[in-house]
Amino acid sequence: MARRGRVIKIERERLKLMRKCLTTFASLMAALATAPAALAQEAAGAPKPWGFTYQEPASKVFQEIQNFHDFYLLPVMVGISIFVIALIGYTMFRFRASANPTPSKVTHNQALEVVWTAIPVLILVVLSVPSTRLLFKQQVTPADTNFTLKVTGYQWAWNYAYPGIKGKDGEDIAFDAYLIGRDDPSELTHPEWRLLETDNFVVVPTETNIRIQVAARDVIHSFAVPALGLKKDAVPGRLNETWTRIEKPGIYFGQCSEICGVDHGYMPIAIKAVPQEQFNAWVAASEVDAPANDVVAQIQGLDVVDTKIDTAALNIDTLAATQPVAR
Amino acid sequence: MATASADHHDHDHAPGFFARWFMSTNHKDIGVLYLWYAGIMGLIGGAVSLVMRMELQYPGLQVIQNLPIDAASGHVWNVLITAHGVIMVFFFVMPALIGGFGNYLLPMMIGAPDMAFPRLNNISFWLLVPSIVLLILSAIVDTGVGTGWTVYPPLSVKDPNHSGIAMDLAIFSLHLAGASSILGAVNFITTIFNMRAPGMTMHRMPLFAWAMLVTAFLLLLAVPVLGGGITMLLTDRNFGTTFFDPAGGGDPVLFQHLFWFFGHPEVYIMILPSFGLISHIISTHSKKPIFGYLGMAYAMVAIGVVGFVVWAHHMFTVGLGVNVEWYFLLATMVIAVPTGIKIFSWIATMWGGSISFTVPMLYAIALLILFTIGGVTGVALANATFDFAVHDTYYVVAHFHYTLSMGAVFGIIGAFYHWIGKMSGRQYPSVISHIQFWTFFIGVNLIFFPQHFLGMQGMPRRYPDYNDAYAGWHFISSLGSYVTFASAILFVFIVFYTIMFGRRVGANYWGEGATTLEWTVSSPPPFHTFEELPVIEKDPNHH
Repeated sequence: MARRGRVIKIERERLKLMRKCLTTFASLMAALATAPAALAQEAAGAPKPWGFTYQEPASKVFQEIQNFHDFYLLPVMVGISIFVIALIGYTMFRFRASANPTPSKVTHNQALEVVWTAIPVLILVVLSVPSTRLLFKQQVTPADTNFTLKVTGYQWAWNYAYPGIKGKDGEDIAFDAYLIGRDDPSELTHPEWRLLETDNFVVVPTETNIRIQVAARDVIHSFAVPALGLKKDAVPGRLNETWTRIEKPGIYFGQCSEICGVDHGYMPIAIKAVPQEQFNAWVAASEVDAPANDVVAQIQGLDVVDTKIDTAALNIDTLAATQPVAR
Repeated sequence: MATASADHHDHDHAPGFFARWFMSTNHKDIGVLYLWYAGIMGLIGGAVSLVMRMELQYPGLQVIQNLPIDAASGHVWNVLITAHGVIMVFFFVMPALIGGFGNYLLPMMIGAPDMAFPRLNNISFWLLVPSIVLLILSAIVDTGVGTGWTVYPPLSVKDPNHSGIAMDLAIFSLHLAGASSILGAVNFITTIFNMRAPGMTMHRMPLFAWAMLVTAFLLLLAVPVLGGGITMLLTDRNFGTTFFDPAGGGDPVLFQHLFWFFGHPEVYIMILPSFGLISHIISTHSKKPIFGYLGMAYAMVAIGVVGFVVWAHHMFTVGLGVNVEWYFLLATMVIAVPTGIKIFSWIATMWGGSISFTVPMLYAIALLILFTIGGVTGVALANATFDFAVHDTYYVVAHFHYTLSMGAVFGIIGAFYHWIGKMSGRQYPSVISHIQFWTFFIGVNLIFFPQHFLGMQGMPRRYPDYNDAYAGWHFISSLGSYVTFASAILFVFIVFYTIMFGRRVGANYWGEGATTLEWTVSSPPPFHTFEELPVIEKDPNHH
């Protein structure tokens, strides 16, 4: 057992090293994007001024999607774009009329045509493998998911219900969450949360698989939380399902992402993830239509998430879990 | 091939003004009518987007609540985005490319005296007039249509702001535009299959003719599905059916399937004619025949075929089920292959050529670069797992504007510069047109490149106001729209200057690179292009 543990440890170290090289570029970009944010007190899951990459990931699956984007999609996108632009630039320069007054008449090169058909096919095949693996991971709720949050969109707010989780009054917890601070910015906890903060936060436990069921009462809405990489339409007559697992305490904002009428821009989503025991305290103090906002306020210290998530470590865990370990 | 030459004018019996422009059966005149129509609509659609960018320049609401429209500002905003989308798609890009350049150039390129059904052609154009009248009515009666161009139910059926007649008028407008497109498609298919000049085999046709053939088939197969979908919407609204209402056993997602079964081929309907046009522009200004002609033609056919089986990538978030999502992920990525073949073949056409950097050539090269950028973000979005993160955000807005605003529209403007001498007999002013190109190029990139960043940060589409953190990139984007709009105004000036005062040009003012049949007739071409059908004896694409 000890030997096996050592092998795993070595393997992890090796993977860590490999990842470290790969992450340099990505973390550089991330550092650039988050540099001003580190100074201000900000929630983990909110947009940042001049941000040009993702919001910081708060779930392992979204971290993996980011890695997929950063290590597969982005290099392909940037690589192909630069290749094409450079090729066009070179062609423009080399074969400008003044430098090449007599045009060639070549119109065929079968080998070349095969190559520029085959190479894109290969690139796509390479992309499709991790893409497929991640899609199933992201979309299939793990079997050991015991916590359910039911989200119902309506014009123009969200209703949240916690089936089977009983509050102080012995009823399942359920409440609405409306945008605040639209007309009176002084209602906001932080001025930078304009158009994102709601009167009631959706309190959920961290490090727990959360099944999210999404429904709608009137028209189609879409439940979206960028920091969790989460988006699922709320369609009348359907019960959609997705899931997430929030790794660290914090506040994660989202906004309705399917046009739904006059106030489409004014029905945000505000999730507050807290450790299990604090979630229990919140549950014990909450009633139907009266979530214990004061209990949430007591744990406000969690708003400011200063600890940067160890993204490399997160990824090692998932890699170690999914890949066979060399013996 | 010089069967029709400039001295045919004595046989040129152009009818009087009213008969010529209002009862036209001449493909060139109808093409010109389409181009004027599209130009006016493009300016209106552009002006709407300018108002949108003015609103988005700063956080908070500054503009839309001051517009003279009696509705909540959120609804005014929705009406603006809907109008921008519908006008640009149905009344600018499609009429310009298919009705305009398609009608004007296609019969000449394949050596046909006119379209197969000249009167049908006339109806196709004139249907667009009541169509736009209905659309404008829909924007000004009641409170207008604010559902986005996708008109998803239940928003378009049950929303209190869409209970009036505005939505019905918009549906009728789309019906008429759709009828116009279908008639046009029938006409193009018949013309291409039956009216090619002697010796003009399918594999000798210019690439623009191939592009129009594929486009016409896409229209013929896709538009009726839209027609059916919006008719069901109409009966859901007015006659108590419940196709899309779960309360009566229907499903809102059914409409999305119908809409996108039309909507995805529609994006190829908008880009393929542009592909055809720039093939000729690149070949002409490189003084070199197109590289890999057959590959180019069949890549378009492949894009058309595959374009019909990828529609649900617009619906990744509606809850299709993971296996369906997986299929659409894989199918969508396939599109990158034929598109890649085209991009590389265009570059290979330039390779070894003798390239002159005229304004149409600059537009064509810019299209290659910008379409590539739009294409690679398209490959990223095809990966459903990534799409979930940025679906319905500005990342998608940036992606489809790179392919359409810089793909289709650059094709239209480039083709204008390339063929205006042929159409009017007068050439564009070179220096000022170069300025117009560069300002337009810089402007659109300023607008749309930062929108990738906004999308990655989570900024949702179709929002009139946004969290202050998004302000920086929105500001840059708005600046870009002012540059672009100024450039568009300059373009209008160039159009009028050219047709009134431009330097007169001969039949083939581009010289040896211009090999298609329209360059064998005078500029402007005689009213009846070919008195005697041209005979094509050698394959222009092989040596």
